[in-house]
Parts: sequence; structure tokens; C-alpha cells
Amino acid sequence: MPPESSLAPAQDVIHNIGYRNYTGARLGRRYIRRSLYVQSLRGAYGLGRSAKSKVLPMILFAAMCLPAAIIVAVTVATKANKLLVAYTAYAPYLQAVIGLFLAAQAPQSVSRDLRFKTVPLYFSRPMERFDYVVAKFAALASALFILTAAPLLILYLGALLAKLGFAGQTKGLAEGLVSVALLSLLFAGIGLVIAALTPRRGFGVAAIIAVLTISYGAVSTIQAIALARDTTDVIGWLGLFSPLTLIDGVQTAFLQATSDFPGGHGPGTGAGVVYLLVVLGLIAGSYALLMRRYRKAGL
Amino acid sequence: MIAIDGLSKRFPKVTALDRLTVDITPGVTGLVGANGAGKSTLIKILLGLSPATEGSARVLGLDVATQGAAIRERVGYMPEHDCLPPDVSATELVVHLARMSGLPPAAARERTADTLRHVGLYEERYRPVGGYSTGMKQRVKLAQALVHDPQLVFLDEPTNGLDPVGRDEMLALIRRIHTDFGISVLVTSHLLGELERTCDQVVVIDGGKLLRSSATSDFTQATGSLAVEVTDSDTHPDGTAALHSALTAAGLMVQPSGEHGAPGSGRVLLVGLAGEETYDMVRDAVATLGLGLVRMEQRRHRIAEVFQTTAVPTAGPAQKWDSPDAA
Repeated sequence: MPPESSLAPAQDVIHNIGYRNYTGARLGRRYIRRSLYVQSLRGAYGLGRSAKSKVLPMILFAAMCLPAAIIVAVTVATKANKLLVAYTAYAPYLQAVIGLFLAAQAPQSVSRDLRFKTVPLYFSRPMERFDYVVAKFAALASALFILTAAPLLILYLGALLAKLGFAGQTKGLAEGLVSVALLSLLFAGIGLVIAALTPRRGFGVAAIIAVLTISYGAVSTIQAIALARDTTDVIGWLGLFSPLTLIDGVQTAFLQATSDFPGGHGPGTGAGVVYLLVVLGLIAGSYALLMRRYRKAGL
Repeated sequence: MIAIDGLSKRFPKVTALDRLTVDITPGVTGLVGANGAGKSTLIKILLGLSPATEGSARVLGLDVATQGAAIRERVGYMPEHDCLPPDVSATELVVHLARMSGLPPAAARERTADTLRHVGLYEERYRPVGGYSTGMKQRVKLAQALVHDPQLVFLDEPTNGLDPVGRDEMLALIRRIHTDFGISVLVTSHLLGELERTCDQVVVIDGGKLLRSSATSDFTQATGSLAVEVTDSDTHPDGTAALHSALTAAGLMVQPSGEHGAPGSGRVLLVGLAGEETYDMVRDAVATLGLGLVRMEQRRHRIAEVFQTTAVPTAGPAQKWDSPDAA
């Protein structure tokens, strides 16, 4: 006997198939961490978000790369025997762009979760505090690295196109990449700590810009005064008090960079060790502060 | 399902939980208590997010102190407060959170579509959450708690802020989570009436202490009574009193309802249900007296009344008619 179901129901019926249990894979914390990292990194450039939120990061990315393209064009056209800007000098020249990017994207990454109280939704899942903090930190540092390393690659490709020495250019690029990697970690740490203090995005943006510009402005001013008073030995140490001059100190001491300090009085190798330790200490400290910040936020 | 043994949580100034011991069985369990009774604190401890000061608890056989991550993989949590970013769509948010529960990308998308449909979100799921009504937001919050197909969900005040219709829909949905989805539910509320309709078991805590834990049917059964209201007539100017004496004479247990303040409450008699024949006796008594029967309805003992007697055993009016001996 044919069952009743052989009288097929009309094709346009939508069947409620009922609840289905999930029996597939449940991936562990590594996968969760990587997913959050990728989502946050894409988010820093507005990918996977509204069209409006893509505008600023893309403009800043273009602003970061355009000068490199111009430099390449000039180098090729004038058949110069070296690039007009050293690899290690490029990021400091465009520090305002980097600062704006950090000020816009660090609060985007963490303040939203705090402001809309989304954090408990993360911590009620298998992930731990460590996973959240590491994913967010790594994502912002990677976003800054992409921002700062991309123009260096343009410079490098341009230099090869202009048939500048391969070995010298590769070494310069490597030094530049190490420098911007340190810069990315340091800036990401500082930016995230400030942003995680407040659920208000606007405060975060303002505070990050303030910390970066005021510290840099104060250090540069006092260094200039020191130069004018001929107390040049102080200049090298004053650079310890702002993020950008810290990077300047490290790359002057170890990466053959020319210091932007007044009179070119960058730290020597001995003082450079102190600079490097302070940079690494700040990165580790930012991580520790973030871990502390989220100790209670999970509740 | 959940075994809590001597659990305490003390903060510097308050004791949120005080040596709480209770077993929670599979099904829908209501966790009732006033604001600040320790409900949310208990949920945080059960999720392994907050260490207990003393005592222990196991969720799905896993220790909350040492196996928090394993518990959170199998459990869903819907927070009490607003927790949705307004600028993303329900689909985007729930897909992301499904991945945060460890679901691979394709499974996360598929489960999200399924779960949002089950909680009753359709075309609107592609719009930003910021434009949703409170009821829709609550559904999104529920969906993110269910998307990884947990064995157990903690729902913290899911009916908060909903209008009566939304409340009923949410309660029906909670019931379905157990009956249709096979997921056990621990739901908190400070409204007892809601839980009576929804839950299999009710746990009452107050000031961090266990007041009572039992099956909902225990609360409401064996307390059957009839509410009877009659009119007056020329022969019986006080029909209620006449019926009272007539029914008492017939051997039934009769009490005035004692519901002060409600309109007409002074005219309602509560007649103990001795069996099916009670209905006939009331009908006959009313007919004999020649009164008009305004209403005769079955009354179940409300959970609230049980709690009142449990919480304040000395307060006479709260005990009402169900336990005349205790007075």
C-alpha cells in the first residue's frame, strides 16, 4: 500500500522542519581566539562593517601610502641614487596619520564592547580573558603594522624598480619593518589601555590623541630648550617620555636611523638599551593593564 | 543537571549567597527571588566566571571551580541587561557569537539562520539591531544563548521590559526551549505568576538563602477550592451569609475569600473542594436558597500565596483559608 505521503503536498508549502540539534565540531579556544583576531583586524579597516565605517580607515591608509608612491615616482624620474626618505624615517614623518588611525580604531575595537555591555556575551563562552585581550591586542597591532609597513613595501619595490642596490635596500627595509613592528605593538598597547578605560568612544578618541600629541609636544619642546641651553646630554634621555621618541631612540641606537631629536642628539647604544627596555616594558605593561581591566568586566 | 552544595559568596560588604544547597533537575526551573536575592550572582558562579567563597557546585557534572570553559561550551547565557551593539544586524552578531562558541564558519551561519527563525525573527534579522523593539532585542539575546545548541541555558530575567503580550510569547518560547528543543532551562524572575505557568520546578532564594525548592505541581496541587459569588434576594438580604451557613450546615469547609481591596471580594466565598459532588452541593444550596449564582470558578493555589506563608509563617492574613490549623 502506498503511504499517504505519496500524495505529495503542494510545492509552495514551507515546511517547518523543527529544531535540529548541532552535532558538528566544536572548535577550541585557539579557533575562537583566531576568529576574534580576524574579526577585529577586519573591523579596524571597516571590513564586515557598514560602508560609513570603511571611509576613515581607508582614507588614512591611502594617506599613508600616497607619499611613498610619490617618493618612488620622484626617485625613478630623477634617477636618484637613493630614496629621498629612509625606511626608518617614514613612519615618524607620518606620525599624525598613525595617531589618527589609532585614535579612531582602538576605541572602535574595545569601547563598543564595553559601552554596549557585549563583553559578558564573550566571557559566557569558552574563551578566557587571555583570549580576548590577546586577540584584540594582536589585531590592533597588526592593523597598525599593515598601515605602517605597506608604504615601506611600496618604497622597496620602487627602489628595486629604480635599480638601487638590492642588498642595501633589503637591509633598509628589514630595519624599517622591525621599527614599525615595535611601533605598532607600543601604540596598540597604549591605545587599547586608554580606550578600555572608558566606554565612551569619544573620550577614548580624544584621550589617545591627547596622550600622543601632548607627550610628543612636551618632549620636543623641552628637548629644544635643552639644545638652546647647550645641555645636550639631557636630550637623549628626554626621549623616554613619549611613544614616538621612544621608537626614535630605539631605531637610532640599533637600526641605523638618523635621530629626529634636536641637533640629532639621539641616544647611543648604552642609552638605547634603556630605550628598548622601556618600550618592551610598556608593551608588557599595557598587556598586564588590559588583563586587569577585564578581570571584572566579565561580570 | 545542577548540584549546588553549601555555596557561599561573600563580598566585602554583603553576603550574596549564604550556604546554598539545592539540586536542579532537567526541565524548566524557575529561580525566584527579589532584586538582590543573589540570582545573578548564582548564575555567574555556575558559569565559572566568579569563584565561590566556599562550597561547591557542579553543572552538567562539571565542577564550576575548575571546568568553567567546558561548562560554558555546553551552556548558554542570556544576560539581564541590554547587551547588543546597535549598529550590526542580528544575523551578523549571532554568527560572530556562534563562532565565539567554537562553531566553524559554515555551521555558525547555518545555526544562526535556524535559531533566529526558531525565536521568531525573520526578515528583520538583516536590519541593524538598533531599530528593534524590546521584544525583538530579547529574542536576539535568546538566540545568541541558543545558537551553539547548549544542553542548558541560563536566562536572566528574560521577560524584563516586555508588555503583557510579549511576556506571554517569551514564556511560551521558554517552554518550547525545553519541550521542542530538548534544552533544559534555568530562568530567573521576580514575578512568581510567570513561573507557575512555565516551570517544572521552582527554587526560591532570599538574601542568598534557599527558601524553598519543589516541583511546581506541589505548589499548586491539593489546594483546589471553588470561588462562589451569589446575589442577594428579598428573602435573603445577605445572600453570601445565607449561603455560607447553608454550605457549612451541609458539611463543607467555607471561608470568606479575604481578598481585601478587590471589588466584590467581600462577596466571594471559598469552598473547599471535597470532590466532584461539591459542585452539585453548591449548585443545590444556591438553588434551594433561591439566589442568583454570579460565578463559580475553580481556584488554584497561587505560588505567591505559598511563598507568603513560607516566608512569613506568623503573618495570619497571608495564610488564608488553605491552612486553618496553622492559625
